[in-house]
Amino acid sequence: MSKNKEYLIKRGNSEYEVIIGLEVHAQVLSKSKLFSDSPTNFGAEPNTQVSLVDAAFPGMLPVINEFCIKQAVKTGIGLNAAINKKSIFDRKNYFYADLPQGYQISQYKDPIVGEGSILLDLPDGEKKVGIERLHLEQDAGKSIHDIDPQNTLVDLNRSGVALMEIVSKPDLRSPEEVNLYIKKLRSIMRYLGTCDGNMQEGSLRADVNVSIRKTGDKKLGTRCEIKNVNSIKFMQMAIEYEANRQADILEEGGSIDQETRLFDTKKNETRSMRSKEDAHDYRYFPDPDLLPLELTDDFISKIKKEIPELPDEKKKRFVDKFKLTPYEANILVSDIETSKYFEDVIKNSDIKLATNWITGELFALLNDRNLEISQSPISSKNLSSLINLIKDGTISGKIAKTVFEIMANESKDPKSIIDEKGLKQQSDPKEIEKIVDDVIKENPKNVELFKSGKDKLFGFFVGQVMKKTDGKANPKLVNDILKKKLN
Amino acid sequence: MSDIINLTLSALIDKIKNKELSSQEITKAYIARAEKSKDLNTYITTDFENAIEKAKKFDEKGNFDYKLPGVPLAVKDLFCTNNLKTTAGSKILSNFIPSYESTVTQHLWDEGAILLGKLNCDEFAMGSSNETSFFGNVESPVGKKVVPGGSSGGSASALAAKLTPATIGTDTGGSIRQPASFTGTVGLKPTYGSCSRYGIVAFASSLDQAGPMTQDVSDAALMLDVISKYDTKDSTSVNFKRGDYFKSLSSNIKGKKIGIPKEYRVDGMPKEIESLWQDGITLLKKLGAKIIDISLPHTKYALPAYYIVAPAEASSNLARYDGVKYGYRSEGENLISMYENTRSEGFGDEVKRRIMIGTYVLSSGYYDAYYLKAQKIRRLIKNDFDEAYKSVDAILTPSTPSSAFKIGDKTDDPVSMYLNDIFTVPVNLSGLPAISIPAGKDKNNYPLGLQLIGKAFEEQNLLDISYSMEKELSFKNNLQDWWIK
Repeated sequence: MSKNKEYLIKRGNSEYEVIIGLEVHAQVLSKSKLFSDSPTNFGAEPNTQVSLVDAAFPGMLPVINEFCIKQAVKTGIGLNAAINKKSIFDRKNYFYADLPQGYQISQYKDPIVGEGSILLDLPDGEKKVGIERLHLEQDAGKSIHDIDPQNTLVDLNRSGVALMEIVSKPDLRSPEEVNLYIKKLRSIMRYLGTCDGNMQEGSLRADVNVSIRKTGDKKLGTRCEIKNVNSIKFMQMAIEYEANRQADILEEGGSIDQETRLFDTKKNETRSMRSKEDAHDYRYFPDPDLLPLELTDDFISKIKKEIPELPDEKKKRFVDKFKLTPYEANILVSDIETSKYFEDVIKNSDIKLATNWITGELFALLNDRNLEISQSPISSKNLSSLINLIKDGTISGKIAKTVFEIMANESKDPKSIIDEKGLKQQSDPKEIEKIVDDVIKENPKNVELFKSGKDKLFGFFVGQVMKKTDGKANPKLVNDILKKKLN
Repeated sequence: MSDIINLTLSALIDKIKNKELSSQEITKAYIARAEKSKDLNTYITTDFENAIEKAKKFDEKGNFDYKLPGVPLAVKDLFCTNNLKTTAGSKILSNFIPSYESTVTQHLWDEGAILLGKLNCDEFAMGSSNETSFFGNVESPVGKKVVPGGSSGGSASALAAKLTPATIGTDTGGSIRQPASFTGTVGLKPTYGSCSRYGIVAFASSLDQAGPMTQDVSDAALMLDVISKYDTKDSTSVNFKRGDYFKSLSSNIKGKKIGIPKEYRVDGMPKEIESLWQDGITLLKKLGAKIIDISLPHTKYALPAYYIVAPAEASSNLARYDGVKYGYRSEGENLISMYENTRSEGFGDEVKRRIMIGTYVLSSGYYDAYYLKAQKIRRLIKNDFDEAYKSVDAILTPSTPSSAFKIGDKTDDPVSMYLNDIFTVPVNLSGLPAISIPAGKDKNNYPLGLQLIGKAFEEQNLLDISYSMEKELSFKNNLQDWWIK
């Protein structure tokens, strides 16, 4: 990474490097909860997705949901991580109204997944970010403070939902890297179908650890943990604020207190939640209701066989096989649906044109209408035939844009649009020659000027021919004929 | 009527099957006796009206092939019972009515048994004398102002006083065997993983195990047949091949090797316990068993290890009683004060003591020194047994280091109370099965029990040995019904 692209905080003569580690909480995509059979539907009426186990009634016992274990192992494999054949569920003890058991079942010393890594695509190359571990844990319920002025209400729908906590090593160095990290992680999990990555619904949120150190220093600074940030934008803002806050303190000769902080999205600042001294003593110990989780080689190898082609491999294939640039490939593989759409289109169409149309017009359209590619008004089949109509000269690229706009609104196939609106390209050389002759006849002055060396006027003649054909003349033919006639 | 209550469970079942007695007659007999035995304070909740109703239904169209056809039973109030108050002997659950049934009690009802009511116990099963119950102490029918033991004290007392033909308790450190020993009844703690813990109010999850408390060994086998079943709702339930305990019962124990652990000969053990044990050894020899001296060298660490592991788990298991969702709540200015008020008022002293010990031993900086070390000791104790079982089939010990004591005698001295469990806790720490059978009496005519400890999942062996001993011992409680009004 070249020096000038580094994200540094400057104070006077000092430059500080920002060290960031993330603890991402990703909700496991699963119909039922980690230790009970209650459903996990988002947005259901409060306290309707709750079993006796989730509400911690006396004598109720957790039973591990095998599907959630598979999902965690799958994710671990997707993160190139070591799968631990023996892991242990521990109890993390603390009191809160939305924590019915009085403890959260989590994994502490022996997580299900060990060290792994994620590749980030930076403008000037790849960067490997280390994964420390992935462990499974239960989500808590939700305390609602703003409905009843006197009381706090508790919704236990989320209570017991399976989360994967994915802990990165402190390898990230800027808000942009955090952006890329989260997007890549989300992309991998979506490819795997292990987390929908929906941040609005809270399926993906993160605790952000931030510290700074003077450039060149080896020792890490004291970190602060910013709890529960639920959008990439807020993570970036929080890091920006927090790094600058720490730089201000160090610059004034102060020292950073290790503490847990909250990001206030309205004021755009972090503030202290609790200091290290006030940190909870969670009294972790192995949950005696659950035996250690032991995975067989067979179980793991079966899951390995289910792993689809992941973004990194897919990108490599797109570059090698389809001759895309790494940049184009990246854009197309980052979302599994986009990559599927792309591969559908190029089954019968030109790769280069498909790449340009998808990353250009289609993305602009989707962006404009705030749609996912799965909701695209233009099907991959229709885009494919549009591209083929350009390729075989039925329409020009320019007309194609008009057709595309109509397709976006009417979801019709391009051929019928072209027929209906008579947009077919004029490709008869005799016809075009006639029109070219007319144009030359009508503009003797410009012909003379062109012949005396004013080359730029060539465009004027093309424009005149296009005007006379409502833009339908085959541009290549127009060019050729004009050149011949004018020279 | 007096004939009915003097019948063992299996005799009662025979009479029902032969139509000599109806379920209603039996149910009413036990209810009538319970009404006259209120001074013992065995019941926390009775369900007599429903019981009679169910008995009537059974008599009309019951299935006589059931293992417990129309048999009325009272159970320890630690088992959650659908629609019937379940308190665990605590104020904090004094208004709690479950909407679900524990697996073990469900098995009873599925075999035709009828619930009479819920029996008193130490609060959250924490106690050895049934004096920690929010619903008051239980008196033992063996003597006035005598404790029935604990924590299944209400169950033991009700069984000995013939208020129920059999019952079930739970045993975390001796809570079935010690009260059985104190009341002259049979108490079996099955192997950990035999009986489902689903729906049993948890005390210490890695130690808790439900088991039968009965008048004799065959009744215990019969009850075990009903309640020992694999359950997918309990992740610690073990799917092993269970025996047909009652049918397979055999009194031939010739050639069985019985170990006598020298470490159980503790200082200050009363003479009568010593001779009870010796008599047991002599009897086993007479029955053809081979007596082998063995060593369980880590025995002395069992009690301290137990009093770390059990409170640690309890401190976490009892965190759910916070006034938020169910049970007793004492309002406060904010969440924290509501917690404090609820738990200060809702829990009794012994429970609070154990929550504090448990919280302490799990806290950061102490975890390794206490909890982790206790777990290591637990492993060593288990290894001791594994080693011993290379040369013996079962181990004989006294059930308790002393006979029943008077109410109030030990309430101010928790350590001397805890010492009551000295012979029973190693069994829970190792997950092994053990049975206490009545084997003699002390100078006050209070019963004394002998404990047989078996190999994991070999309950049949334990039952056979105790069955053969029981025949020879022909123990009789000979209670004078002094409490009847």
